Amino acid sequence: MPIGRKLLTIAIVLAALAAMNQIIEYGVGDFRINPYYARIISLVGINITLAVSLNLINGLAGQFSIGHAGFMAVGGYAATYLTVYHGAAIAATVGGTPMQGVGSLVVMTASLVTGAVAAGLAGLVVGIPSLRLKGDYLAIVTLGFGEIIRVIILNIPAVGGATGFTAALPITNIFWIYAVAVLTIVIVRNITQSTFGRALGAIRSDEIAAEAMGVATTRYKVLAFVISAALAGVAGGLWGQLFANPLNPQNLNFVKSIEVIVMIVLGGIGSITGAVLGATTLTILPEALRTFDQQFPGLRMVLYALLLILLMIFRPDGIMGRRELSLAWFRRRGGGPGQPGTRVAPLATAGTATRSTRDEGDG
Amino acid sequence: METLLQQIINGLSLGAIYALIALGYTMVYGVLRLINFAHGDVYMLGAFAGYFLANALGLDGHPSVFWAILVTIGAMAICAAIGVVIERFAYKPVRHHPRLTALITAIGVSLLLEYGGQVVFGATPRFFPQMIESRTYALGGVQITNQNLLIIVVAVIVMFGLEYIVHRTRIGKAMRATSYNLSVAKLMGINTDRVIAFTFALGSALAAAGGVLVALAIPRIDPLMGLMTGLKAFVAAVLGGIGSIPGAMVGGVLIGLMETGLSATAYSTYRDAVAFGVLILILIVRPSGIFGSSVVEKV
Repeated sequence: MPIGRKLLTIAIVLAALAAMNQIIEYGVGDFRINPYYARIISLVGINITLAVSLNLINGLAGQFSIGHAGFMAVGGYAATYLTVYHGAAIAATVGGTPMQGVGSLVVMTASLVTGAVAAGLAGLVVGIPSLRLKGDYLAIVTLGFGEIIRVIILNIPAVGGATGFTAALPITNIFWIYAVAVLTIVIVRNITQSTFGRALGAIRSDEIAAEAMGVATTRYKVLAFVISAALAGVAGGLWGQLFANPLNPQNLNFVKSIEVIVMIVLGGIGSITGAVLGATTLTILPEALRTFDQQFPGLRMVLYALLLILLMIFRPDGIMGRRELSLAWFRRRGGGPGQPGTRVAPLATAGTATRSTRDEGDG
Repeated sequence: METLLQQIINGLSLGAIYALIALGYTMVYGVLRLINFAHGDVYMLGAFAGYFLANALGLDGHPSVFWAILVTIGAMAICAAIGVVIERFAYKPVRHHPRLTALITAIGVSLLLEYGGQVVFGATPRFFPQMIESRTYALGGVQITNQNLLIIVVAVIVMFGLEYIVHRTRIGKAMRATSYNLSVAKLMGINTDRVIAFTFALGSALAAAGGVLVALAIPRIDPLMGLMTGLKAFVAAVLGGIGSIPGAMVGGVLIGLMETGLSATAYSTYRDAVAFGVLILILIVRPSGIFGSSVVEKV
């Protein structure tokens, strides 16, 4: 795409996001959206970022992390900390306040970048030792990491400890949430189609063979892990500064990580559109079942658990498998002038989901 | 000195519980190369099975060692059956799928037991009946309760029993063969399905014994009690060398000692983080664990 068209696309997307923000946050004319629906739309956007970023490491690279909420917590607390303690000073440099106008733009950018850096560093620390090993260990280490983070946060009085970070300013809005979601999708999609993405696909299909072919497996895995963690950190920053949604370590535990995993498993591990679909479905569905959940606490998690088991037994590929939904796909279906060569995921046929790689112990 | 000894005694009894559960992880991993995430929840079900059996027999307020043993055996039998059912209906259908599929299934089963437990038993903790009279023995300045003593003794007996089963019996030989190479074991006429079912039954029974013993010492049981304990026991299995029976025992005791050691210091709030810190350290220094041997992976 030539640079001019690229800039035009970015401008159109930003204008669309600003318009969406105006409609949902403030309304148009007499029309006001029900705040409850607005909140669900916000949560859908944040969950899309979480699911697509987790998909980078769990789907594309074939590693298995169950500590996404841990990175979300690191990023969320770092971002919120910056806004609460330094937000006013940062906004003052452009002559504004953290809550409105240019000031909020600058503070939010600084805050989300801080969240990304903090979570990315945490990803590096966790990733280097555990990604040298394969498979199952990463699952346990990331799970353990999530718990350690929770324990550490509980012991920091500056961020509220067990009562939660109630000082957070609600500066997150629809514009930021969906700008981050779009950015995440673009980043992960571009990675998929790059040399880096091909290397991750090779690692997923067969790590030892990939290494034998000269792929620097550990380096690529750690890099993917750090990017995934950083994006989760940004999602955490958005989540922590959402209106009436105080950051609390109790809300960012193991269960939150599992929710994100169920999203990508339902959508199809390895598919970006699948992750978006899974995140949207599993944010709206529990809301629809809310009264039901209040009558039988815990039943929602039971349904998630059953969904996971049944999906694994009967349809491990989820809704989308490794396929992507794109405009080209619709054109092809419609018999229009689609180009068959533009399929997004040429690695689809080499996916691990179709072939048994279980080690039967011949080593 | 006395406090140190006291901490060691406390650490030993906590470690013995981790060891009992770690044995189940290690056996299943040895045979199927699967982290059975649900194992910690089977331990929870063991405690609940003991609770319902003891209450059905009206043991609360009528302590009796004989009935306590019967209740423990009953809980072990119930959990062995549950273990076999889990394997048959959740893990067997995905046995030939990629390992990731099996791992996600295991996480699913674990969540199902935890939150299913919350729905069925309720989320509030229950109080386990006193099946045996509590006594405290003093040795020098060191105190030990009979429950803690019982935990240590049972764990040691179980470990020797397990070593005997694995190395001296026919089914043990079949287990070792299956662990070494499942498909060749099958070709040699071993009914690997039965061996795997037996492994799950045995591991689950041990976890149930652990559950009842813990409930005797700390009589508060709730549906999420297996989550953390299970994870720490898994770390114990990795620390000792996954697949190794003495390794699970040593790993469990070490984790128990470290945890009680830390509880005695100013950092006691970090107690739950120790096991995972240890795990990350082992993974860097010696991924095969204390008793494990490193395996060369081939394509």
